[in-house]
Amino acid sequence: MNQAPLVALVGNPNAGKSALFNALTGARQKVGNYPGVTVERHAGRMALPDGRPIELLDLPGTYSLDPSSPDEQVTRDVLVGRQAGERLPDAIVVVVDASNLDNHLRFTLQLVALGLPVVVALNMIDLAERDGLVLDAEALERELGVPVVPTVAVRRRGLDMLKERLGEIVRGVHKVRSGSGVQHDIVTLQRRARQIATAVTVSETAARRWTHRLDSVALHPVGGPILLLGLMFVMFQAVFAWSEAPIGWIESLMAWIAGFFTEALPEGAIRSLIVDGVIAGVGAVVVFLPQILILFAFILVLEASGYMVRAAFLMDRVMAGVGLSGRAFIPLLSSFACAVPGIMATRTISDEKDRLTTILIAPMMTCSARLPVYTIIIGAMIPDRAVLPGVGLQGLVLFGLYILGIAGAFLAALVLRRTVTRGATSGFMMEMPKYQLPRLRDVALGLWQRADIFLRRAGTIILLTTIVLWALLSFPKAPEGGNISQVDYSIAGRIGNGLQTVVEPIGFNRDMALALIPAMAAREVAVAAIGTVYAIDDPEGDAGQASIRENLQTHWSLASTLAFLMWFVFAPQCISTIAVTRRETNGWKWPAFMVGYLFALAYVAAGATYWTAVALGL
Amino acid sequence: MNIAAAIPVPVRLAKLPRQRPATVTAVDWHLLSEPEARRLRELGLDEGVEVELLHRSGLLGGGPVACRIGRMTVALRRHVAAAVHVRFGAG
Repeated sequence: MNQAPLVALVGNPNAGKSALFNALTGARQKVGNYPGVTVERHAGRMALPDGRPIELLDLPGTYSLDPSSPDEQVTRDVLVGRQAGERLPDAIVVVVDASNLDNHLRFTLQLVALGLPVVVALNMIDLAERDGLVLDAEALERELGVPVVPTVAVRRRGLDMLKERLGEIVRGVHKVRSGSGVQHDIVTLQRRARQIATAVTVSETAARRWTHRLDSVALHPVGGPILLLGLMFVMFQAVFAWSEAPIGWIESLMAWIAGFFTEALPEGAIRSLIVDGVIAGVGAVVVFLPQILILFAFILVLEASGYMVRAAFLMDRVMAGVGLSGRAFIPLLSSFACAVPGIMATRTISDEKDRLTTILIAPMMTCSARLPVYTIIIGAMIPDRAVLPGVGLQGLVLFGLYILGIAGAFLAALVLRRTVTRGATSGFMMEMPKYQLPRLRDVALGLWQRADIFLRRAGTIILLTTIVLWALLSFPKAPEGGNISQVDYSIAGRIGNGLQTVVEPIGFNRDMALALIPAMAAREVAVAAIGTVYAIDDPEGDAGQASIRENLQTHWSLASTLAFLMWFVFAPQCISTIAVTRRETNGWKWPAFMVGYLFALAYVAAGATYWTAVALGL
Repeated sequence: MNIAAAIPVPVRLAKLPRQRPATVTAVDWHLLSEPEARRLRELGLDEGVEVELLHRSGLLGGGPVACRIGRMTVALRRHVAAAVHVRFGAG
């Protein structure tokens, strides 16, 4: 067989495996400062110093070979050759956090005992030195009986030496002691690990305890929750406040492009398609890029700094009240960006019922795709005035929608945990990483990837649904001089009128009903759809956000608007989320349940809002 | 030498005053569920290990605690920390 040797990166959670993987292969896997960033295996290629290729596997971090959650299971199965479609690795690189040898060496000993060729990457050696720890790598090599290379993956230090040693062990230069299989006696391994850690520690001075000082504030019984709430609030205010200027630039660009095509093309179906369909539709979505990037920047910084686990710690008590644990808070907070990675991140939750509950409520966390819908409707219908200095009414309403999603999710968890997902909780036990300054490169890379995904979506799925919607709205042509509007006469208008009978009781008008259909493909299309509906009915109006705003103000009542917003808080309108739920729960049962209960919830909540608002005379 | 200081005072990790290093003397493993006990061992908790209570969450009590176990900081729920017997002093 001429296959490239397969080498697996293994180690405790948050030891820096993905950073090392990225440094060795040039890949761009997500890295972060909390246990459980990587939840599935990733493969990449690298070259040894002599040019031979190696296939490198990045595996989810685990504390031992006795998995307690689905992500850890993957790692165990790969290492014992039981993972379907994966051969047994030819060698493993054990990634060890140099400042936490006592713990990480235990797993290393378990891995060495497997009998595969091993090289140890003594990673984050710079942080250990910062903490006043001096280690003897050669002594560690003697104690373990395998090569040890000090590395700093994020600064690419020690990589050449690591590659060289890797080349040697793949060639079989070092004699491998015969394996004794999987050792399960954690206590004995732990005692041996502590002996080794003491033996290889040359000197240790009192560490500068930055993390401890920061935690005195972040985890303070009173100050901690206030800080968390404050951070969340600043995040959502910033989404509005910081994005104004860049949104303006994108709008001007879109208006210029629309003007260009209006001038260049003769009046007719093609011009209508490009100006009213493509530019009005896609443009209405693309202007939200700045807001989505601001939101992601906040979440990426929270993840990279190590604050995420502190938030989980602060939230554990509340989460326990609804039958979940603080651990579930991390996937739920990620779901504010997008529920798809959020649902995948639930793999770190060990208890199956706990995990299922988290998956079922994750879609209620307000994802970034709802942001365009909320923003444009709030921008049009809620007056822009300050309630308090620096706190705008619009920001407050947006914040309220986020809180509603959270409250709905907690309420649903409470009910689910007492009915369909009844069972014991998995408890809350989590390593708290040291704080780290987020690296600009990682955050920038994360944002770049997000912008890429967003623009691709705008260029494909959103473009396509917009064109289809334009066609359905434009044909058949309404008779000239008749008093029936084009939208009413079109296919889409007739579908909308049909659907309206279902949604009329909850206060939706025909345009809202129309927007719901394409929003199933991607929520942000709702905005594009509204834009297209009004662009077709009023071909003389200018394209873009400004015209949508004016049209909303003339066509929508406040009660209907609030009901529409409420619908978007709960309705499971995202095919990707349904698909990932099917994958993560291995079947259609749970996604079907999720879609059913969320639609019911959305319908009831929107209806209740509408009738309450009408009763209050709004 | 202060004679009184040499007498070990039995106390639970959950009840330790903050930032007073202590040593684990015993763990009531039977009070913990099997996954809890295993994860706790994996996080390095064992007799003879140095621990320290760093932070308690929640005003009313009942929230998790942040502890140092060896070199690691770990978040634990109260009932878990209450199953860990310690004596004051390191080593």
